[in-house]
Amino acid sequence: MLSIKDLQVNIGDKSILKGISLNINPGEVHAIMGPNGSGKSTLSHVLAGKDGYTITGGSIEIEGQDLAEMAPEIRAREGLFLAFQYPVEIPGVSNIYLLKAALNAVRQHQGLSEVDALDFLTLVKEKIKLLGMDEKFLYRSVNQGFSGGEKKRNEILQMAIMEPKMCILDETDSGLDIDALQIVAAGVNSLRSENRSFLMITHYQRLLDYIVPDVVHVLADGRIVKTGGPELALELEQKGYGWIGQEE
Amino acid sequence: MASAVSSLEKYVEEYDEIKATLPGQELDWLVQLRQQGLDQFSTQGFPTIRDEDWRYTNVTPLIKKSFQSVVAKTSTAVVPEQMHDYYVPDCWQVVIVDGHFSKLLSKLDGLPEEVVVMALSDALVNCPDKVKRYLGQAVENEDHGFIHYNTAWFSEGLFVWIPQQVKMKQPLQLVHVVTQENVATATRNLIVAEAGAEGVVIESYFGSQDQAYLTSSISEVFVAENAHLTLYKLQNEATKALHCSGIYSQQEKHSNFNYLDFSFGGLIARNELHVNVGFAAACDLNGLFVGRGRQHIDNHTSIEHIQPRGSSRELFKGILDGRARGVFQGCVKVFEDAQKIDSEMHNHNLLLSDNAEIDTKPQLIIYADDVKCAHGVTVGQLDDASIFYLQSRAVSEEDAKDMLTFAFANEMVEKIKVSGFKSYILALLLQRFPQGIIEQEWL
Ligand SMILES: Nc1ncnc2c1ncn2[C@@H]1O[C@H](COP(=O)(O)OP(=O)(O)O)[C@@H](O)[C@H]1O
Ligand SMILES: [Mg+2]
Repeated sequence: MLSIKDLQVNIGDKSILKGISLNINPGEVHAIMGPNGSGKSTLSHVLAGKDGYTITGGSIEIEGQDLAEMAPEIRAREGLFLAFQYPVEIPGVSNIYLLKAALNAVRQHQGLSEVDALDFLTLVKEKIKLLGMDEKFLYRSVNQGFSGGEKKRNEILQMAIMEPKMCILDETDSGLDIDALQIVAAGVNSLRSENRSFLMITHYQRLLDYIVPDVVHVLADGRIVKTGGPELALELEQKGYGWIGQEE
Repeated sequence: MASAVSSLEKYVEEYDEIKATLPGQELDWLVQLRQQGLDQFSTQGFPTIRDEDWRYTNVTPLIKKSFQSVVAKTSTAVVPEQMHDYYVPDCWQVVIVDGHFSKLLSKLDGLPEEVVVMALSDALVNCPDKVKRYLGQAVENEDHGFIHYNTAWFSEGLFVWIPQQVKMKQPLQLVHVVTQENVATATRNLIVAEAGAEGVVIESYFGSQDQAYLTSSISEVFVAENAHLTLYKLQNEATKALHCSGIYSQQEKHSNFNYLDFSFGGLIARNELHVNVGFAAACDLNGLFVGRGRQHIDNHTSIEHIQPRGSSRELFKGILDGRARGVFQGCVKVFEDAQKIDSEMHNHNLLLSDNAEIDTKPQLIIYADDVKCAHGVTVGQLDDASIFYLQSRAVSEEDAKDMLTFAFANEMVEKIKVSGFKSYILALLLQRFPQGIIEQEWL
């Protein structure tokens, strides 16, 4: 699904990612854990196609297609989705409008017709219930005045509507209380399927109690320093990140 | 300079030929008023950039074309094909085509009997005393070439008089259309809401495609004690038109005046708005101007608090693309005895291209000491983070920009309380910033 080979990324002259390789097969859930500043969000932004990063080496591919060549909206239409660590507030653009625009853009890309108004409303209402959100959020401006937790749920709502095949969740757990965390995790779990993959970026192990990963990577200073199974997340939780450097 | 003088002379010379055809020739007071206007216009002409208030807006090159008064031309009497596009649904309509009232195109049936709505030329015949009471009163102290010109030249206008305690059930729309090339139209509107009256008036100005012409319109607005008047204005003139308008509003105590201006068309548009807020009266003044190409849109507003306890709110938003240039000059003046004034003035601008330009000049002049006055101005571009966020949700960059621009404008659309007019403005904005499938209840 997603194949990252020796990816090196600079911000300006500063090297941030120093050779990352990662291969996620269809249906797999991978987790990336790492201390603040290790480059987790940088990786997610580069995958989504945000400006301001220079790829100085390596490659990123989705289903064999070169991601780096694609505009951000094409990546999204091809099925790559990033749930942002800090979702942007967009005054004046209603949530439901963005949801419909997003869904139709994806459908058009797939050669499908525009979604029927009634079907769309049924779909949205079903998903919003799944995420324990109030319907009034649909008619509010995107993320404007939302609490941290509401923003995170809203990201997952967008994901549920767009039905991407490669989902990247950047610290979706931060800012969520335990109830919200469970709801969001249930929402994510309901989307798990054999042809949809996930990359969960998190600072804490807590989310991984609910969304159990197949593979855990530890990122430190722009490098993957360790890869293992779910037990690696627990080990990190107990020992902190300090021991990783010492082992090397 | 020499040519400016000669073009002024051309305008003045023309007056002798047309004045007999202007309405109200049998009314001495009006003949006199027009003569005063002509005299003042003859000495000072149209404003130039040497006038401090006009330093950002140069009308001289267009004025030099010597637009010919529309009344001097034989009327083509052609009804524009797109006429039905100009009507806002569920309104009474007074239609002025090429400076003349069109009874045929107007729609005034069902008006309450006690309300007077008619063409100004008819009002000068039917109720000249009523007209006399108001005409020229709200601009009495203004010394301004376009007002003098308008007073001398006006051929038509809208007359609205809502008697005490009467609430108009439907909005009234002035549909002002120019179909001819190189003409000058002068329109004078009088809008009166007597004590406790309520009404909504929509002034709308249209032209044909890319014709050049001058629209001069002056509206004198009188909002009596406890009256509640809402005035919407849409300027969607042809692409080479010069639109110079002035709204002059006098408010008495405890009255409300709401104003919302949409300025989309013309090559040069100068929108003046002058409000005199009475004792404990409130005004809410808003505007959205959208320019592209080489359009120039100048909004010149002034709010005067002479009496205490008044409140004023003002928000103008500008969107400028291409080489368009916008101007916002907003002045709030609080006189010495006007204590307990609560005033806010804001101007926010969105520049969509590197060559677009805005000059914004908010100004507070305060002589009273117990007042609350705030103002704020912003000039910005579309936010890159927002564009990227929308792209990451599969929306193309172009659509994302249109979406965000539309969102910026939509705050002003949201302020429209008349649903037919709201849909009308929305449709115009959606043409400009297409949104694919959008449903109104989502906005
Ligand atoms: N715009 C920027 N300019 C310069 N350095 C940046 C910028 N954004 C992030 N960084 C740096 O890149 C590194 C990785 O940041 P980030 O990817 O946000 O880490 P994480 O998400 O793991 O906390 C940090 O050292 C951070 O300071
Ligand atoms: Mg981060």
